[in-house]
Amino acid sequence: MQSEKPDFSPLPNTAGVGYKPQHFNDLIEHPGAVSWLEIHAENYMGDGGRPLAQLRQLRQDFAISVHGVGLSIGGETPLDPAHLARLKHLIGWLQPAIFSEHLAWSTHDGQFLNDLLPLPYTDTTLAHVCDHIDLVQEVLGQQMLLENPSSYLNFASSTWEEPAFLDEVARRTGCGLLLDVNNVFVSATNLGFSPEGYIDAYPTDKVREIHLGGHEVDKDDHDAPLLIDNHAALVADPVWTLLDYTLAATGPKPVLVEWDNDVPDWVVLEGEAAQAALALEGA
Amino acid sequence: MSTAVKTLAVASAVAAALAAQATSVAAQSKEKCYGVSVAGQNDCAAGPGTTCAGTSVVDYQGNAWTLVDAGSCETLELPAMADGTTRHGSLGLLKRDLPA
Amino acid sequence: MKQFISALMDAHLPAPDGLQDGMAHTAGRRFDVYRNNVVHSLITALKVGFPTVTRLLGPENMNRVAGAFLRAHPPTDPRMMYYGAAFPAFLESHKQLDQMGYLADVARLELAIRQAYHAGDAPAMPSEHLAEIPPEALLQTKVHLAPAVQVIRSDWPVLDIWNDAQTAQSKAQDVLITRPAFDPIPQALPPGGATWILALMQGAKLGDALDAATTEAPQFDMGGPLTLLLLGGALVSLE
Repeated sequence: MQSEKPDFSPLPNTAGVGYKPQHFNDLIEHPGAVSWLEIHAENYMGDGGRPLAQLRQLRQDFAISVHGVGLSIGGETPLDPAHLARLKHLIGWLQPAIFSEHLAWSTHDGQFLNDLLPLPYTDTTLAHVCDHIDLVQEVLGQQMLLENPSSYLNFASSTWEEPAFLDEVARRTGCGLLLDVNNVFVSATNLGFSPEGYIDAYPTDKVREIHLGGHEVDKDDHDAPLLIDNHAALVADPVWTLLDYTLAATGPKPVLVEWDNDVPDWVVLEGEAAQAALALEGA
Repeated sequence: MSTAVKTLAVASAVAAALAAQATSVAAQSKEKCYGVSVAGQNDCAAGPGTTCAGTSVVDYQGNAWTLVDAGSCETLELPAMADGTTRHGSLGLLKRDLPA
Repeated sequence: MKQFISALMDAHLPAPDGLQDGMAHTAGRRFDVYRNNVVHSLITALKVGFPTVTRLLGPENMNRVAGAFLRAHPPTDPRMMYYGAAFPAFLESHKQLDQMGYLADVARLELAIRQAYHAGDAPAMPSEHLAEIPPEALLQTKVHLAPAVQVIRSDWPVLDIWNDAQTAQSKAQDVLITRPAFDPIPQALPPGGATWILALMQGAKLGDALDAATTEAPQFDMGGPLTLLLLGGALVSLE
């Protein structure tokens, strides 16, 4: 099934969107500001049918980034070898420009919880995360990127700040970083730190991709704002401002808009991509 | 069935099927491969996607089922079983509390 | 992590120790965000995967049945497109749903449609290949069917129910699912048809499959089911 395709690596320093099947025809007919796509790896691990057929066509026109949501990099238990083999197969035929995963866990003892769950930042978890990334990079034969999570709480047991933890993981494993600017804003609001301070402390030289997405505003037990990273809304204004601040430090990078729930019409998502493209022009 | 009768039955069935296919293919529009419909019944086949987004909805706890709303089964009429027993889709079910 | 998982799945348990907000207060409902994500995303996966079961039960009832299922059968595979394989048997095992005896078979049909959607691609063979077989060799011929082909047997009018027919005509329905291009198509089979196709799927020759089908249904004519297979692009090769 492998077909010849243009070489799209590395990912261009332009705007991309998270691919949703309902936008297939729009993307082919009027991609507008969108020049690359990101897919969730797990949705393309079936044997055949429409999802894979669409992907085979899209890779002719767009650079593709593969974003895993199920490897459980931050888990205590070993990575699922069957899942890793499926990922290797996908990366092998698709030849994406980039593969990324999350600083989070979702599987424990063979039970998959379908959410990106948080971990404490300690020397022990650092060692687990590095072992898992070493294995992924060895199996795939390429560098992967690791993304910062959106946080709703802290672990009292943590001994590392998140930017330093990510920096150390990247230093030990050679992985690159995916900086989700919305996640930084969500975590900063939820945990009461400065988002700009996070960016200042973050190893911006290791960033190879940036994410943006929408969040919603909720409240915690003490009536403090609790932002929920629901990917179901327009990117919030302060997140656009934080993107400018981030791009000033990183220089132009591939910027992706994610919209996973209540997916809007193409014109809305394309509009978000156009705004990201505008921010890149200013960078 | 003798082999000769079976051979005839299979051969005529194959001929009939090929003829039916020939008529039908001409009428079909070929390969609407990329016409995507995520809404409606095709959606069930697509299966759910995974997402890294969060949501904030109420939790559904598993250990106390109180069935509350009426599904379309309430109006479903089914033919009697072979032995004449009538069968209903749901009537009388939905107001009960169901222990897990 | 064990404590974390137990607390995720049972909202009556307290949040795990050592979780705090930014002011070192205990996490409280911040932990509920994760509870909601896990439970809601799995319920959504089941609702999307079983829309007809959801319609029959009603969405709120489905929340409750799915909530019980996901705690009894959490996913073991990260691919949500395959989640719910144990759901039909789960529905069947609950006496409370006995009056909806068809529900498990409807779930089996929806699961089979989903499997057909994601099944491997296999181009249909040119139908001339079938026309070229001499009549005397047909009985000894084996046919290989596409991976998307599925057969569901039911004592209920499962396809009528799936089609949202409010008054079902058939007493029982066997269903063939084919995938001519990318969309699975479920169609009712005549008596004997399911046995015939299942025999072919197990590698029986056309003659032996016909014997099996006529034993079950003396009037069986393989012309109808064979037409469905041909139109469904389900014949991949002959042997």
